[in-house]
Amino acid sequence: MFGAGGGTNSYEEVEHTDLIVLWGSNARETHPIFFHHVLKGIHNGAKLYVIDPRRTASAQWADGWLGVNVGSDIALANAIAREILVDGLENRTFIDRATLNFEEYRKSVERYTLDYAQEITGVPAAAIRELAHAYARADRAMICWTLGITEHHNAVDSVVGIINLALLTGKVGRYGCGVNPLRGQNNVQGGGDMGAIPDRLAGFQSTADAAAREKFEKAWNCTISPERGKRLNEMFDAMEEGELTALYCIGENPVVSEADRHRAVRLLEGLEHMVVQDISLTQTARLASVVLPAAAGWVESDGTVTNSERRVQRVRKVIEPPGNARDDMWIVAQIAKRLGRDWGSPTAQDVWDEVRSLSPMHAGMSYERLEQLNGLRWPCPDENDPGALFLHGRLWADPVEGPKAPFHAVEYSAPLDAVDAQFPLLLTTGRRLDSYNSGVATGEYSSPLRRVEALEISPEEAARHGLSEGEIVAVSSRRGKVFVPVHIDRALREGLAFMTFHFDVPTNVLTLDTVDPKSGTAEFKATAIRIDKIGAGSLAAAGD
Amino acid sequence: MSVSDPGFARQVTLQIDERSIDVPEGSTILEACRALAVDTPTLCYLENLTPVNACRVCVVELEGSRTLVPACSRKVEGGMKIKTDSERVRTSRKMVLEFLGSSVDVSLVSDFSRQMQRYGSNPKRYGDAAKPALAGTRDGAVAGHHHASDGQTASTVAQPVKIDNELYVRDYSKCILCYKCVEACGTDAQNTFAIAVAGRGFDARISTEFAVELPDSACVYCGNCIGVCPTGALMFSSEYEMRDAGTWDENKQVSADTICSYCGVGCTLTVHAQDNKIVKVTSPADQDVTHGHLCIKGRFGWQFVQQRDPSVLDGLANGPVVLDDVEVPAPA
Repeated sequence: MFGAGGGTNSYEEVEHTDLIVLWGSNARETHPIFFHHVLKGIHNGAKLYVIDPRRTASAQWADGWLGVNVGSDIALANAIAREILVDGLENRTFIDRATLNFEEYRKSVERYTLDYAQEITGVPAAAIRELAHAYARADRAMICWTLGITEHHNAVDSVVGIINLALLTGKVGRYGCGVNPLRGQNNVQGGGDMGAIPDRLAGFQSTADAAAREKFEKAWNCTISPERGKRLNEMFDAMEEGELTALYCIGENPVVSEADRHRAVRLLEGLEHMVVQDISLTQTARLASVVLPAAAGWVESDGTVTNSERRVQRVRKVIEPPGNARDDMWIVAQIAKRLGRDWGSPTAQDVWDEVRSLSPMHAGMSYERLEQLNGLRWPCPDENDPGALFLHGRLWADPVEGPKAPFHAVEYSAPLDAVDAQFPLLLTTGRRLDSYNSGVATGEYSSPLRRVEALEISPEEAARHGLSEGEIVAVSSRRGKVFVPVHIDRALREGLAFMTFHFDVPTNVLTLDTVDPKSGTAEFKATAIRIDKIGAGSLAAAGD
Repeated sequence: MSVSDPGFARQVTLQIDERSIDVPEGSTILEACRALAVDTPTLCYLENLTPVNACRVCVVELEGSRTLVPACSRKVEGGMKIKTDSERVRTSRKMVLEFLGSSVDVSLVSDFSRQMQRYGSNPKRYGDAAKPALAGTRDGAVAGHHHASDGQTASTVAQPVKIDNELYVRDYSKCILCYKCVEACGTDAQNTFAIAVAGRGFDARISTEFAVELPDSACVYCGNCIGVCPTGALMFSSEYEMRDAGTWDENKQVSADTICSYCGVGCTLTVHAQDNKIVKVTSPADQDVTHGHLCIKGRFGWQFVQQRDPSVLDGLANGPVVLDDVEVPAPA
């Protein structure tokens, strides 16, 4: 945000802030140790508000739970903003000095009255007002979010809607104030930082920037295209069009993780050549032309990852990889060699030192310092720099250093997969405490918490359909059908269902792969479904 | 709470065993003792937990104080005069160690036998150990119904190991009731509150609600109780089974810190391996992401590393990988 793609705060600040908003995040289950810091904050007196369609384990710790309708977050954010403005709780000095486009933004939120927002979000007006006042009046406040915000067709707009609130109240660029995405994987942050984004080089340097390109071209002795590359969703589209015919897939399991699984499998099967580099024979690897056995990065190789507080941390090899499994870096170098580029046999530290030489925000992070200081938070431009506890302090300098932070007006739009008479329930997806993503890793240990994957519905919904706990039902969307048992969960309300994609049930047969044009993320969080009792004679109508 | 930057803390001067020392305001007597390298035994104390003053083995004599004071929790004050090796302190520590040594299996407590020797503790003088309790009887003990020992045998907390899940075991014959597990399960870390101390006196024991088995309790298997247990009463099943089979050998183990591969929080994992196999995972307490605490995935979710598909490892999944130009050398 404001030019750097990372959370603005450190975990330590969560313990010393006055108000924490978890928005579309069930951190208690999905980021348990981050939630330990939240709990310390709560014990130190911070208020917690949780915005989630489900009354989650996180919501049970909250002073206020806003049970928002799936996908109505922008309406909620804009209504909070309007309420802050109506009561004059915005930070005028900060707005005037450090931001742009305020007037346009103010006008855009005008129509999001409490009543209108209550109608769209399903959150009582009084609860919206309470959060607006609590957030604006808190000295320090942080908003943290997860995929409940970003797995929507308007994901980027939803994030922008949250950032607008921080700008409106001056809750960014100070200790204990900021906006923070909680990353879902141990190196989502680091992957982005390293330039694994279609138009970025390491350190968020743009491929459109001729000077940045030149620096990398000189170091790498090659030519870098200024054109933006393809996002994952665009790669699938390119497969559809026959433009992309070969795929090298490292440590990803798109057969299970992509929305609209039927389409994903069809396109992967249609490839001329697919190389999968993985530690296990994933569902995707089964479709591959070649499977390259990889080392388990976190314990069989050396390197670094970067966490949700921008901290670059050392990963260390403890055990040798078995059989012919090899370090990812070694495999990539071997493939480069066969493609005519000899990169030698660089160590993880060699590669890291190259990163430091090309990415100014990493320049001060020597391996020696990473070891000594238990990691460093970027930006860390030189070896005397302690790294950044929080970002954007410059917005409080007088005058503001660098560009001002712009408001962006964003408008609510309903989830794309609309509920109707034929598909009357909304399915939302997520993770559980003891399991992880497609289950390749967590499926191998015996968790006493684990039970059979089920479609979770409210007691009211179960009664309406005449369903009992454990009963197997057919769940259909406009794209496919799965058979799962029912689990009745009081954390849900009428019209809302929940599933994960951790297990054998191919949940993503149901989901819609239409993506947010700005981020390329599919709307996993909102799928219109119907439930049919098996043998009720209505299966045909569900559209197999 | 102490000032986070020690550079800003006021200094407090006190005397320990007639030696003068300056420590930051807010320090404990234990921290001051350690700064002077005074050997101070602790059992219930841990850097990442709130002191509970349960074990009393760290007590010292404070001039002007009627009772001995626990070094682990008592904050320093200017002008304090402390004795760590007086007759009273030595007797008190001797008795604490002796009572625990006679009633609990302390065989896995680090430093315990050295401290017993140091203070002349002799647990044997209470007689032979009484017969272990039958499974579940200690869990059902009613307050006020405890029968005194016959004077010939030493009462113990011995009882069968509780094995009710595949991740960790509870061997309460080794439990010294230090409360660390209760603290870690409660407000000091996990805030799950699955366990507490039940019962009174010698019948006191760590218990789930109504002593139900773990899978029926509120336990979420973060294993943070195992992480803080000083006696081996709480133990990873992996370690328990290897000890049982006689294959656990810490001399053959290596360990290193790495980062958990689940979620984006970035928890430091200390991975312990023996014969190139992971045998357990812990986290360092002095680390400000985890403070030593993990979740179920980080602590227990490592088996996949050791359950690799042979066809993948051979590079033969879906047909052979053709490496025609060079032989694949081992990585450096």
